[in-house]
Amino acid sequence: MTVVNSVLQGLTLGGLYALFACGLSLMFGVMRIINLAHGDLAVLGAFLVWWTTQQFGVNPFVALLVVVPLMFAVGYALQRTILQRCLAGGPYVPLLATFGLAIVLQNALLQTFSPDVRSLAPGIGGFATASWRLGSLSVPVLGVLVLAAAVAVLAGLQLFLRRTTLGLQMRATAQDADTAQLVGVDSRRVYALATAVAVATTALAGAFFGLRSTFDPSSGPAQLIFGFEAVVIGGFGSLWGTLAGGMVLGVAQALGALIDPQYALVAGHLVFLAVLASPRGGLLAMRTATA
Amino acid sequence: MSAHTAAGTTLPARSLRVTRWTTSARLSTGGLAVVPVLLAAVPFLRNATAVQQLTSLLILVTLAVTWNALAGYGGLVSVGQQAFIGLGAYATIVLVQRGVPTFAAMALAVAVCAVLAVPLSFLVLRLRGGQFAIGTWVVAEAIALIVALDQTLGGGTGTSLGGLSGLDPVVRRAFVYWYAVAVAAAVVIGLFVLLRSSLGLALQAIRDDEGSAAALGVRVLRAKRVLYVFAAAGSAAAGTTILANTLFIQPNSIFGVQWTAFMIFMVLVGGLGTFEGPLLGAVVFFLAQKMFADYGAWYLIGLGAAAIAFALLLPRGLWGLLEDRLGRRLTPIGYWLVSRRQRGREAP
Repeated sequence: MTVVNSVLQGLTLGGLYALFACGLSLMFGVMRIINLAHGDLAVLGAFLVWWTTQQFGVNPFVALLVVVPLMFAVGYALQRTILQRCLAGGPYVPLLATFGLAIVLQNALLQTFSPDVRSLAPGIGGFATASWRLGSLSVPVLGVLVLAAAVAVLAGLQLFLRRTTLGLQMRATAQDADTAQLVGVDSRRVYALATAVAVATTALAGAFFGLRSTFDPSSGPAQLIFGFEAVVIGGFGSLWGTLAGGMVLGVAQALGALIDPQYALVAGHLVFLAVLASPRGGLLAMRTATA
Repeated sequence: MSAHTAAGTTLPARSLRVTRWTTSARLSTGGLAVVPVLLAAVPFLRNATAVQQLTSLLILVTLAVTWNALAGYGGLVSVGQQAFIGLGAYATIVLVQRGVPTFAAMALAVAVCAVLAVPLSFLVLRLRGGQFAIGTWVVAEAIALIVALDQTLGGGTGTSLGGLSGLDPVVRRAFVYWYAVAVAAAVVIGLFVLLRSSLGLALQAIRDDEGSAAALGVRVLRAKRVLYVFAAAGSAAAGTTILANTLFIQPNSIFGVQWTAFMIFMVLVGGLGTFEGPLLGAVVFFLAQKMFADYGAWYLIGLGAAAIAFALLLPRGLWGLLEDRLGRRLTPIGYWLVSRRQRGREAP
């Protein structure tokens, strides 16, 4: 039964990883750039939620109502100030600039909030550790909530991209920005909105991460890596594939942890490397994401 | 790097020729060749501080040159070179534990890492652009975690290098310094030779347009693999030097992503894709570290901000700026169009 419980734990963890991954995959899909500060933006979101709860004594979920729109604005501004300039500069410029941004963010958080480890869990009391009992199975309530939130965000994103005019513009820009521009799509606005959505979702993911476990200013890179692994394992190009990829990664980590807590991360990385080494991994370079 | 044509000149075609060896390149290459000899003489000045400082600088030079080889010439932005820095250091530890003499172990460790880089290259070169960047990072993280699991290597708490403790500290530092000089020189000369070979031309074609290069018969993956293995060996050599210099390593720091941050900073500031830039960048970074390291987080915020600024505003770095100003090349890597009458004068 411990194995089944671990798998359950891993599946709900997969929801969190998919939430980290969807913004990464949206930005890659629309702008062909990978934002190396993605994980650090998530941790920034977690810190903002923490700060809001401390400052105003509100519940983390209430704080999210302020932090997510704020991070949406941060994303919009980030694209307009830094990323838009990067796009003109050649394929590796966005990588270098966002890596620089990651270092700035990590150390700014360190300077502002000290290296202390924090958690958002105390803000929601017993809810953080509550679980439903189904026979000998124990289903973590928070885990299910995170998974449900991830599914809702992914479905919302899917609907947005398929059904709305803005989503259509985003897909058109992703396919061919110049041609989209010719028929009147302002690519800069589309890029800025895609980044804004990506940063808002990663902030949400960061807050859930902060509810599930502890975080500190240096937690960002690991979240970026997990999100990226989820995208690769799930296969580029599909949001539901990313959710599946996140779940595979989460289950691998949970089962690794069952052997020894030290093996949790190694197991996840090995699954990722195995997928990369498999024949399907060779297709990755050719696949393009439409988010 | 491209053959610069003098737009608007009226010189007849016969009076022009294409060359690599301009006068300034001849002079400076000659000058550069003397540098290792001069550097090797430093320990005889019996200035312990100078030897130690120069060792650190040479480690930075090695790291900057290898990272630039990957990113500047291969278009491969790696965030995982610390994998080889750490592997080089830990391979040395393993070999010394098996009874190999320390300096032989260091050299052998570099070879081991180069061999290991071959299968890894098949894995990570499946990824492109940003995917390659994070892919290499994952590989580095996985290797660091696996090394930290091995208790015979000290686990997460680290381990120290044996075999050198019998030496007098002054003699030991001198030997480590000479090793660092040899490593830096080997990396610089190695890249020089690689770039002047047919591989250099292939890499240029790939950087400008990978698809067209492949269509013309350039073996893209092979060229990238050669660079990847070269950079892996260079980073491993830097790792062995770091180990010999500090005598103690911990998985967290030797496999830390901060090495990549330093490499990116040095190469961006010096000049991505220029041969001389990373050398300049290493010196700038060395000085910045001396002056500002005490500021802790603020210092790192400054490094990150500088990296962003250089990536956006000055993508060819300080060296690119200098080169444009002077209109001269110091190394015979690219091709230049010169007039026969004004022999050796460059026409940019």
